[in-house]
Amino acid sequence: MSDLDVALETFKQEAKELLDEMEDALLALEDTPDDSETVNSLFRAMHTIKGSSGLFGFNDVVAFTHEAETVLDQVRNGEKSIDDTLISVLLDCKDHTSKLLEHCITSPEEALPEDMQAIGTELVFKLTGKDETLPAVNSVVETTTMETVGETTDLDDKWIISLAFKPDALRMGVDPLSFLRYLKTIGDIDTVLVLTDELPDDDVYDPESCYLHLKIAYKSNADKQTIEDVFEFASDDCDINILPPHSKIEDYLSILDELESEADRLGDILINIGVLTKSDVSKAVQQQSEEGDTSKPIGEILVEKQVVQPEVVNKALNKQKQVKQKAAKEANYIRVDSEKLGQLINLVGELVISGAAMDLMVERHGLADVEEVATTMNTLVSDIRDTALDLRMVPIGETFTRFKRVVRDVSKELGKDIELKITGGETELDKTIVEKINDPLTHLIRNSLDHGVETPLEREQAGKTDKGCIQLNAFHQSGHIVIQIIDNGAGLDSEKIVAKAITNGLIPEDHNLTQQEIFNLIFEAGLSTKKQASDLSGRGVGMDVVRRNIEGLRGSVNIDSAAGEGTTITIQLPLTLAIIDGFMVEAINERYIIPLTMVEECVEMNSGEWEVDETAHYVNLRGVAMPYLRLGECFSSNENSKEREVSRESLVVVRSGQNKAGFVVDQLHGEHQTVIKPLGKVFENLSGLTGATVLGDGNVALILDVQGLINKAVHGSRLK
Amino acid sequence: MTIDIKQQSDSTIRLVVQDEMTIYNVLEHKNTLFSSLKADQELQLDLSEVSEIDSAGMQLLIMLKKQATIINTQLSIVDHSQAVIEVLELFNLVPFFGDPVIISSDWNAS
Repeated sequence: MSDLDVALETFKQEAKELLDEMEDALLALEDTPDDSETVNSLFRAMHTIKGSSGLFGFNDVVAFTHEAETVLDQVRNGEKSIDDTLISVLLDCKDHTSKLLEHCITSPEEALPEDMQAIGTELVFKLTGKDETLPAVNSVVETTTMETVGETTDLDDKWIISLAFKPDALRMGVDPLSFLRYLKTIGDIDTVLVLTDELPDDDVYDPESCYLHLKIAYKSNADKQTIEDVFEFASDDCDINILPPHSKIEDYLSILDELESEADRLGDILINIGVLTKSDVSKAVQQQSEEGDTSKPIGEILVEKQVVQPEVVNKALNKQKQVKQKAAKEANYIRVDSEKLGQLINLVGELVISGAAMDLMVERHGLADVEEVATTMNTLVSDIRDTALDLRMVPIGETFTRFKRVVRDVSKELGKDIELKITGGETELDKTIVEKINDPLTHLIRNSLDHGVETPLEREQAGKTDKGCIQLNAFHQSGHIVIQIIDNGAGLDSEKIVAKAITNGLIPEDHNLTQQEIFNLIFEAGLSTKKQASDLSGRGVGMDVVRRNIEGLRGSVNIDSAAGEGTTITIQLPLTLAIIDGFMVEAINERYIIPLTMVEECVEMNSGEWEVDETAHYVNLRGVAMPYLRLGECFSSNENSKEREVSRESLVVVRSGQNKAGFVVDQLHGEHQTVIKPLGKVFENLSGLTGATVLGDGNVALILDVQGLINKAVHGSRLK
Repeated sequence: MTIDIKQQSDSTIRLVVQDEMTIYNVLEHKNTLFSSLKADQELQLDLSEVSEIDSAGMQLLIMLKKQATIINTQLSIVDHSQAVIEVLELFNLVPFFGDPVIISSDWNAS
């Protein structure tokens, strides 16, 4: 029959795809043996092939795949671990299954050749340790029991499967017998009742049509979906109704109690706990819409159709109510393309710029009434700016959680016992930064794992009783996010670092560096204290790259350590890369933006109140000495600055991390909403600048890299 | 001819089905079998030679049995092949036909 041929062809293709998928999954498992999703896909492949083969009566395939499925089920449930040996056996099983299928499809009449049987037996033995051939086939025969129609059977713990075949079923190649045969391989058929009421009188009887209805009392531990899958192939030619056993109701009710579901529709809840399958629900929904009677609840229809017991529905309805109440409290989310969001941020940036331009005009023309409107609009613009930027904020927790795997794998590889603690995962920062911070963080954590935390033996010798631990911490601090990587390892050996740095010519022998500065030397290029480069760190991307990446995000990184107690690496990052509150200053007719969060105070430079050391570029501000820098001199080639000494200079005190410095400027312009525009490629390597912004009058102001300038100020004054 | 008619007496007719009973030939069987089903004449079916039977074939037997009841005549299956027994048992239809089923000693070796 051609219909059957078509079905067979479909099956053949499907099986081939499944087997290919299985091979891919097996190879993927070699790298990631704990990926439960991959194990699931393996299981599904075997399960589906077994199911479909059963329908075609390919008993050899069913028997063989049954064994593989059982083993994969054990793996899935964590009863059996997957290793390279099992993977290679499974790969052989995949090949064998494909040969079996080919044999069954091309010559279904012939028995399996002996060599193939031998291979099958051997593989089954390798898989399960059982030396048994085709056990599923044997069990089919052994479990055959005779029941009489009159005998009443206790139906309490049995599935009731009703199959109403449509007249065309037989012609479509669906044979009720094959279902019965296949059902036996996944459970016990208790009673079969053949309902012949549909059989017509002699004159209209068409022997090729199917008039049979079956009711099957069935005993199986399989879940409803598995049982329904048996009939998947025939769902078009047969009305299938599966009523779960009464004994299962208890299970369903307890699952309902524990259910933490997002699902808010009754059908979804019932599917989730496994009492219904998707097709049950979609049929009921269809019936509901066909009858045009939406007042009849779906639960009632389901009970009427006898696919579910009323107790379960009632319980599920209660659950639904609870879920709905909970959902009302929870926020709703909309997924948005991040590009659209980026576009919005850009537009808001332009809005901020043109808002500034408008301000300027209003001021220039002195329109009092317009000014009022403009002020309101400015407030709105800055609100929009904050809201838009807030849209891009994501919690850093997800990035942190990913490191659990890294810590687990690496510590296993190194033979260390290290635990990862995460705090402050809810701290939010810009999505772009989250993405870019991932690599540096990975490097730092690997470093801590490799060099920081000691092996259990070393810890014991050092008298440390607690477990090795790495803590990832995040919190907000004055417009920045601070990420800390804290380990309780051996700490840094400052003497070793100094020795190495002197050898490499990084610092002179009479260096005078503070402890802090010494530790920070490890971020310099060409300094690795580990004698041997390992797989994990100490080669390739160095700590200098980490620092460069973080500084590229306008952030900073610091390291602190106590010998024998551990190391703390602190990363400071701006919350966003797009728009900041800036402080605008002017020096020699050039405007500069300093991120407002870094400005400590502004004082008059030559007030005579502080001592200024013009040669060493030091200022003594209320007893605190700090280097200062004339921005004009720093950026301008204009040498006639001496001539303009008439102007009143101001000193802007900035702070980055622990360091302070002063910038000497001609004029202070105050706060300014700054849209950060990256500098072009030509200016990429300019030190002291991180970007530029367009001002309301169309001019460009440069955004200062405060950290870089502070370093420059410190070194500049020291060199003199 | 796939069904041999062995007339035994005026009151009984014995048919031996020599072929498989599947969807492929069920129409042919139906015509032969139904034409042999007459009132006041017992129909004996010998199914020992049936090599294969599927749901369509079994449905035909059920239909025949029902029809026999309607016209108030006797239908009995006097011998079963292994294939027939297996399907009868799968469908739990042995009591429906009410015929003695002989289980040969080596039946599950086949």
